[in-house]
Amino acid sequence: MKQFLYFIRKEFYHLLRDRRTLFILFGMPITQILIFGFALTNEVKNSRIAVLDNSKDDATTAIIHQLEASRYFDIVNDLNSYTDLEPVFQEGKIRMAIVFPEQFQESLLHTNTAQIQLIADATDPNVANTLTNYASAIILDYQNSMRETEEFPYTIDTEMRMLYNPQLKGSYNFVPGVMAMVLMLVGAMMTSISIVREKELGTMEIILVSPIVPIRVIIAKMIPYLLLSMVNIASILLLSVYVLDVPINGSLLLLLFESFLFTLTALALGLLISSISDSQQVAMLVSLMGLFLPTIMFSGFMFPIENMPIPLQVLSNLVPAKWFYYIVKDVMIKGTGLETVWKETLVLLLMLAVLLAISIKKFKVRLE
Amino acid sequence: MSNELAISVSDLTKQFGDFTAVDAITFDVKQGEIFGFLGANGAGKTTAMRMLCGLSLPTSGMANVAGFDLYKESEKIKRSIGYMSQKFSLYEDLTIRENNRFYGGIYGLTDQEIKEKTQFMLKHLHLESQADTLVKALPLGWKQKLSFSVSMIHDPKIVFLDEPTGGVDPITRREFWTMIYEAAHRGTTVFVTTHYMDEAEYCDRVSIMVDGKIEALDTPAALTQQFDVKGMEEVFVKLARKAKRSDN
Repeated sequence: MKQFLYFIRKEFYHLLRDRRTLFILFGMPITQILIFGFALTNEVKNSRIAVLDNSKDDATTAIIHQLEASRYFDIVNDLNSYTDLEPVFQEGKIRMAIVFPEQFQESLLHTNTAQIQLIADATDPNVANTLTNYASAIILDYQNSMRETEEFPYTIDTEMRMLYNPQLKGSYNFVPGVMAMVLMLVGAMMTSISIVREKELGTMEIILVSPIVPIRVIIAKMIPYLLLSMVNIASILLLSVYVLDVPINGSLLLLLFESFLFTLTALALGLLISSISDSQQVAMLVSLMGLFLPTIMFSGFMFPIENMPIPLQVLSNLVPAKWFYYIVKDVMIKGTGLETVWKETLVLLLMLAVLLAISIKKFKVRLE
Repeated sequence: MSNELAISVSDLTKQFGDFTAVDAITFDVKQGEIFGFLGANGAGKTTAMRMLCGLSLPTSGMANVAGFDLYKESEKIKRSIGYMSQKFSLYEDLTIRENNRFYGGIYGLTDQEIKEKTQFMLKHLHLESQADTLVKALPLGWKQKLSFSVSMIHDPKIVFLDEPTGGVDPITRREFWTMIYEAAHRGTTVFVTTHYMDEAEYCDRVSIMVDGKIEALDTPAALTQQFDVKGMEEVFVKLARKAKRSDN
């Protein structure tokens, strides 16, 4: 047991003395969360738009006011004619233009229909889509408010409710994703590198000649990164709750347990990588290409798995991050308990067992 | 010393596929002896040494190291031997004291024992002032001597040294051999591989491996007489020239 403690102490020396790596390891989750939270967001805020109001009546003024009052739009141009439209789009000054036809209010009141044209810069189709949706929603709002005063005989009301994430915040989606990414990276890559480094240095030989039991070497190698990962989980969750206002709706204990389980899976993967690679570069490449990319692509946090071809969908089942991502979304955002995530938890447990079995077996007691 | 055998090897063989790296070697090493294990690059000496240290499993043959069977009692062997590899094997980002604590620790020494050993070692190497310096800041010669001391931290019965003086200057080499003599004097069996033939002359007995087989084994004096040459250098060249295997 003492032997083991000496080993762990040594691992901590390695970790703590490599300041640069340590800084990256602690800084990574924080920067990831901040980048995803504030820079890489699908939400569109303060988009510059132009208005071409050919009617200038009460109705158009009211709609324009509502658009301006929303945090999505900034009206930067008031245009006078259609010919002005093209130049402002070309200069990139605006992302969308709203065109009201002549006698907008007249036709609305007399014929019960009126048209508004939304013209969006679709060089970025996603943004264009989002903007027109926002604008339509605001116009619909106005229409509804009119309905309260004017009695229309027949109306169909579509009421949408966005469950669990009524404000459609992107952070609800990426916080679980970032957790999966960071834990996978720290766990697998760092563990594999720290073992392979000893192979490269030749110290692994000395350790294998010594009477220390290999399983203790493995555990001693994992413990520092396990602790580091738990710190990272804490910092991600704290940032999510206090900076990004993403709630933890379910049980915190369950969430921590699942994260712990996923971290162990990542560590086991790192161990496996270390047994097949002979240099730190190879270990790093294998971790990045073999684990990090699949984590991003197949966990469902960037690209919906439902849209992938069937073979890729099947393949995605092998990615531990996919299951973890489901679990975190369920527990953290939907607030459900073990009764809904027990299957995913079992999958992770099974993966962990298989990976540990293989990698402990492959960890060479005798070098060939 | 005594006539007991520290190492006893018979027909030890290691095959990698079709390639026979070590071909049925048989030899004994007496306790307290400095045994030089020579051979050209690729002759199989490192493979043979790694088998004796338990780093590589033999294909066939018998071996007894420090009185324990290589196959059945490898754990006991591990406690009785020290090993210093070709690569410098201390942790550069740890201090001398921390390296000692780690290596002493994995051999199950108590804190007190480690402390005493460290004190003794530092005094012996005149490194007292450097105890808390990171190893990477030390010159190669010191690192090498330190490496040797660390491989002896648990007072092993046998110490295996794989080209311990590669790349160090002649003065350090001389000092290194003084340390080897001291260890042998204390009763430790020293099993050493080297490429330096002047070092071969320092050994009690030497064996020369060619293409996986032991071609000669005797005291340096007897070997020079047997081959009717002036020194070990010529003995070695005479034998090694017969090698059909190219350098790996």
